[in-house]
Amino acid sequence: MTIDRETGTMIRRDVPSVINPLDRHALEASVRIRERHGGRVTALSMAPDDVLPVLKESLARGADRLVLLSDRRFAGGDTLATACVIAAAVGHLGTFDLVMCGDETTDSGTAQVSAQIAEFLDVPNIMHVDDCGVSPDGDLRLHSRNEEGAFTAEGQTPMVVSVTADINEPRYVTLMDVLDSEGKEVLILSADDLPLEESWIGLEGSPTRVLELFEPERKSRAEMLSGTPAEQAAVLADRLRRLGFRNG
Amino acid sequence: MDFTLSERDRMLQKSIREFAEKELPPRMDRMEETGEFPLDLLEGLAKMGILGVITPREYGGSGLGHLARVLVLEQLGRICPAIPMSLEVHHMCVYGINTWGTEEQKKKYLPALADGKTLGVFAVTEPGGGSDVGGTQTTARLDGNDYVLNGRKCFITNAHVSDIWVVAAMTGEGRKGMSAFIVEKDFPGAGTGHVEDKLGLRGANTGELVLQDCRVPKENLLGGEGNGMSVALETIVKCGRTGMASVGLGILNAVLEEAVKFANERVLYGKPISRLQAIQFYLSDIYSDLEIARLLAYRAGWLLDNELPADAEATLAKQWICEAAARSARKAVEIHGSYGILKEYPVQRLLRDALVTVPAGGTAEIAKVVLSRQAMS
Repeated sequence: MTIDRETGTMIRRDVPSVINPLDRHALEASVRIRERHGGRVTALSMAPDDVLPVLKESLARGADRLVLLSDRRFAGGDTLATACVIAAAVGHLGTFDLVMCGDETTDSGTAQVSAQIAEFLDVPNIMHVDDCGVSPDGDLRLHSRNEEGAFTAEGQTPMVVSVTADINEPRYVTLMDVLDSEGKEVLILSADDLPLEESWIGLEGSPTRVLELFEPERKSRAEMLSGTPAEQAAVLADRLRRLGFRNG
Repeated sequence: MDFTLSERDRMLQKSIREFAEKELPPRMDRMEETGEFPLDLLEGLAKMGILGVITPREYGGSGLGHLARVLVLEQLGRICPAIPMSLEVHHMCVYGINTWGTEEQKKKYLPALADGKTLGVFAVTEPGGGSDVGGTQTTARLDGNDYVLNGRKCFITNAHVSDIWVVAAMTGEGRKGMSAFIVEKDFPGAGTGHVEDKLGLRGANTGELVLQDCRVPKENLLGGEGNGMSVALETIVKCGRTGMASVGLGILNAVLEEAVKFANERVLYGKPISRLQAIQFYLSDIYSDLEIARLLAYRAGWLLDNELPADAEATLAKQWICEAAARSARKAVEIHGSYGILKEYPVQRLLRDALVTVPAGGTAEIAKVVLSRQAMS
């Protein structure tokens, strides 16, 4: 990926679009819940409409329908403006039990959107979920792990949950899945279809601004060690020790 | 004229690519070492719908057709060409039964060839020669309710990893004297001979079938007595050649990727060798071969899907692409310099694999005879 130094924006033109990898895990988790407990899975994405063919993969991955939120007025939105649109769409589509997202995106990695969606929808939110199930009485049972530790939570739906890559291994899309995805519903919604005010969305609705995007300066600081393998290993071990690394 | 792939085609391309990138590499060292097809992969190939890509849905396949088959084999071949080699022959067995089989035969054998329990075989070649189909010496003699088959088939892909074989044998004399049979591995008198130790495509099993007073029930005659030549030729030309073209196409994908990767990484005179014009010329040759190969192979698949004449086109695709794969792989080895002959670099394997595709499923010379007829027609 390259960055345009003049404008400080990412050049997306030559980068093929994909479904955000963590969202694939979220979709897989949703489909597994539906397979065990019934229900309906809607894949929802905010994106320019030219990525529709890419998003249709979600239908082959098991979603029952695909909803694309696409409008030029959404462009330039930060996490808050994005979450606002998604939450409005979730509300617009009817009742729901569970909104599942990937913990973060691979392009900006802010990890804020799921919490913001939950806030807009006024429902509980749990992040970093690496295991989830449904208890016999219909409650969600979730396991979450972060740098500080782990916990298991049980709670009632509706809820917004964001997942890590550890939650599952997304299935392969089979040729039959591709065929079966073709009849499924695809819905494209614009700002006019949703209860939104212009001041909440796009650039205008974004309290945060990216001031600058830059490539980290590349400094080559590799140092070649000489001597026999044993001598090199001894020097390397010594350096690592001095840098504070310890055995074990 | 529309050269773009449909949304469906692009999606299946992507899904097979993902499957191939994850599932094939862990098995490849062992395939190279032992020369064995990884039978533990069959279940995955079945689940993905790859075994049944040209099998109609009512018989347990995905029925996606021939262009889809080309795309699938290409993506698998990009990672490990021995896999599509095995599959292309498996598909020939499916094609033969689906095209000429009775309803009972299709119901009995097609689901079994799609669900991952076995690969299929299409056996014509004999020690006396492969190109000379008319020279077949295996015989089939009617005895009560069975045909009794005697003979040997050689260079048979999947021979040792298949339970269901389509076999050509002589029930009489001349062109109308050949018949095709569906033989099960467990029929009395059916057996396998030795396994070939090949230069390339090592993970694709190749070997002998031995028929010694092999009793085949009359209802397993495929396409009626005397129609074996049509069964053999049409399957070889349409399905076999398009399949071999796809294997070569897969190899060309890998060849270009490996060549570009190495040329960008290898630094000489203070810069990557990809900046040297001599290397750029090699890369441009390989790229051209790949692009032309893709057009030829996709066209062959598309013609078959549209039930248009495809004999010359499939033959051209097979012959041109497999030779292109061999010459491009050779160039990729050249780009690698001495690294090119080390086993840790894939290009040497790609060259060996490509060399095996050239005579497989019909030599270049036989193809040229066919093409010359087309040229003069």
